[in-house]
Amino acid sequence: MSASTPLVRFENVQKSYDGEVLVVKDFNLDVERGEFLTMLGPSGSGKTTCLMMLAGFEPATHGEIYLDNQPINNVPPHKRGIGMVFQNYALFPHMTVAENLAFPLEVRRMSRSDREARVNRALDMVQLGEFGARRPAQLSGGQQQRVAVARALVFDPELVLMDEPLGALDKNLREQMQYEIKHIHENLGVTVVYVTHDQSEALTMSNRIAVFNDGVVQQLAAPDVLYEKPENAFVAQFIGENNKLRGDVTALEDGRCVVSTASGHQVQAIAVNVSQVGQPTTLSLRPERVLIAPQPGSIDNEFEATVLELIYLGDHIRARVALLGREDFIIKVPNSADHVAIRKGDTVIVGWQSDDCRALDA
Amino acid sequence: MTTAETNIEYEGESLKKRLDKAMFASRRRAFLLVLPLLLFVLVTFVAPVLYFLFQGFYDPTFSRIMPQTSAQLAEWDTVSEPDEAMYAALVADLVDARKAKTIGKVATRVNREKAGTRSVFTSSARKAAKLEAPFKEALIDVKKEWADPAIWEAMKTASNTWTLGYYANALDYRQNADGSYRRQDASRRVDTEVGFGDWSFTVNLGIHQLLFLRTLQISLMVTVFCLLLGYPIAYLLATLPLRTSNLLMILVLLPFWTSILVRTTSWIAMLQSQGVVNDLLVFFGVTNDDGRFSLIYNKLGTLIAMTHILLPFMVLPLFSVMKGIPPSYVRAAKSLGATNWTAFWRVYAPQTIPGIGAGAILVFIVAIGYYITPALVGGQDGQMISNFIDFHMRKSLNWNLAAGLGGVLLVIVMFLYWLYDRIVGIDNMKMG
Ligand SMILES: Nc1ncnc2c1ncn2[C@@H]1O[C@H](COP(=O)(O)OP(=O)(O)O)[C@@H](O)[C@H]1O
Ligand SMILES: [Mg+2]
Repeated sequence: MSASTPLVRFENVQKSYDGEVLVVKDFNLDVERGEFLTMLGPSGSGKTTCLMMLAGFEPATHGEIYLDNQPINNVPPHKRGIGMVFQNYALFPHMTVAENLAFPLEVRRMSRSDREARVNRALDMVQLGEFGARRPAQLSGGQQQRVAVARALVFDPELVLMDEPLGALDKNLREQMQYEIKHIHENLGVTVVYVTHDQSEALTMSNRIAVFNDGVVQQLAAPDVLYEKPENAFVAQFIGENNKLRGDVTALEDGRCVVSTASGHQVQAIAVNVSQVGQPTTLSLRPERVLIAPQPGSIDNEFEATVLELIYLGDHIRARVALLGREDFIIKVPNSADHVAIRKGDTVIVGWQSDDCRALDA
Repeated sequence: MTTAETNIEYEGESLKKRLDKAMFASRRRAFLLVLPLLLFVLVTFVAPVLYFLFQGFYDPTFSRIMPQTSAQLAEWDTVSEPDEAMYAALVADLVDARKAKTIGKVATRVNREKAGTRSVFTSSARKAAKLEAPFKEALIDVKKEWADPAIWEAMKTASNTWTLGYYANALDYRQNADGSYRRQDASRRVDTEVGFGDWSFTVNLGIHQLLFLRTLQISLMVTVFCLLLGYPIAYLLATLPLRTSNLLMILVLLPFWTSILVRTTSWIAMLQSQGVVNDLLVFFGVTNDDGRFSLIYNKLGTLIAMTHILLPFMVLPLFSVMKGIPPSYVRAAKSLGATNWTAFWRVYAPQTIPGIGAGAILVFIVAIGYYITPALVGGQDGQMISNFIDFHMRKSLNWNLAAGLGGVLLVIVMFLYWLYDRIVGIDNMKMG
């Protein structure tokens, strides 16, 4: 029960639906009390499955899940006391909003007056005080979303699960709801496990993000770490925009390496996922970390590039250049007062710090 | 603002007019497309039904064959003694009817109003040609029944071309000569117990009233049984994996593709006293050879066979409604702390009400007019109103009464439909 133990622990959990394919392979995860943890990954990577195992709707085929240090594999869903927000909200259509919110309190045999007080408090929390008497069908998508959040929280669960809760909303509303949910989390101190395939949503809301692929957690880290220090090529590619350069390691020393590309150039990089000389590797480089016409000598990677395409995006300009034998190399040029003017067809010197260039798995 | 909108004009035509014009072409095409079906339905369904219902109000037999008597009866006050002029008209009509060989029809018609008068007409008609004035004495000489005002009253009732008499008869009321109504004779009524156990009471009902009541009761019971049996099946169908549920669906539909006659007769093989079910019961010692149960040729047989036959009508709408309920609702309920039972009753079941409504009304309305199954397995007390209508259509040839019974059945169904709409709401119903 001490505050230092994780609230949820997945231990070597595996899951197969058909007895042939492992949808979740050897899943290990600790969710700390009070944190907002997001499972992020492409569709079909097993996020929902993990959430369903935690909620108790799917049995794990192997391994154990602990809630508050208690193994819960044999605890039925209604005894787990976990709040849940579903993607389609799953608001009961035959009940009013207030009845929906009162439902978890009723099944807990709470007195009528307590129930009313709590329902009203929950409705106020999501700014829907006047909507208690309406049916879910009479609410907009965003309002339904808020009711679903309020319902999952009204019985004061320690843990709330949300499975792509904003997937059905349009872009503006989605961003607004991201902040609202984040604020509710901060105010209540409740632990949230959130599932999404939208990386910007994950970056906006989370304390930590578990990046899923193919039933395996690729990296579990805070958003800034994930973005700036991806540990493998999948994470680098999945989070944010990324330039990939393939090559072989020709020198390796002190956590730094030299990589020779197919075009014959030598690139200095940090050795993240390479262990020996001769190994193939993928270099990862964020487009905004590439400089155009840097001060000569100030930087350890400098190459000649030809501008192929320019796209004006207001706050920055995207330049596609031919570089090191590739034609899909992207550079983001910030639209600052003193930015270097380039035109299509220009040949320019570009460069980057070796600290910004990570040598990952091939 | 609104006036500006409604007065938009293009080349002198209002927008509304132009829209109507544009819509007219597409409406006409839609109409032409459905025209063949419309005509087919009109000719083969609407017209016969209306014509048939019309027969319940319209019976020109007596007034056409006995025009002079009918004219006299129209003047008659039903209280005073029939006078010579009436007897004279009657004799003249009897002579004509015998020549035209239509006297049998008249006799049948009056016999419906007063039993036992058939032979009075046929034998009097035979002698009518030879009778001489004064006709009153002469006719009473032939048959003393002619002195009885009751036969004249019966004739007056029968002489009405437009009559509510058949509808009244369908409800076990009889029309009097003066246009008033009385209950069916006590000899044609029975004491019947209505209700269950402590809440039952005895009512004195006519044969038709009894049949309508029994028809409603059987239909209601069949509906309830179909719901009890069909609900779990529909639930399984909607929740099992696709491959298994498809197989199960074929099992549900299989009886649908088999002739009703075949299914009903196989129930005879199953349920008769030397049938499979009784044999098994004897074999397992539930009963002995003398104590075989009567499972068929009674109400029980009708209930079993009809429930089996109408089950798909309940399962299919229920299934389609349940299929549309995402599993996340029940999951949400459970995550909120509801047990399986609470989640089912509070969250799942209420959402299936449209399916229950559709299935129940479908089964009930099909059951209320059911005919072939009760005819084959119903015995005496398993007969329904349709069997009686059939009897009057084919055996007693009293089409007018059959029309009356059919009309009453139609009104009952429409009333129940209206009631259903008030309570459940038709738009709350989902067929799929
Ligand atoms: N109920 C199920 N039965 C069989 N396979 C399933 C079921 N649910 C999910 N899967 C499979 O498991 C994999 C992971 O699915 P899911 O956990 O829903 O992924 P995500 O939520 O990350 O999109 C997918 O390949 C999917 O087809
Ligand atoms: Mg999912």
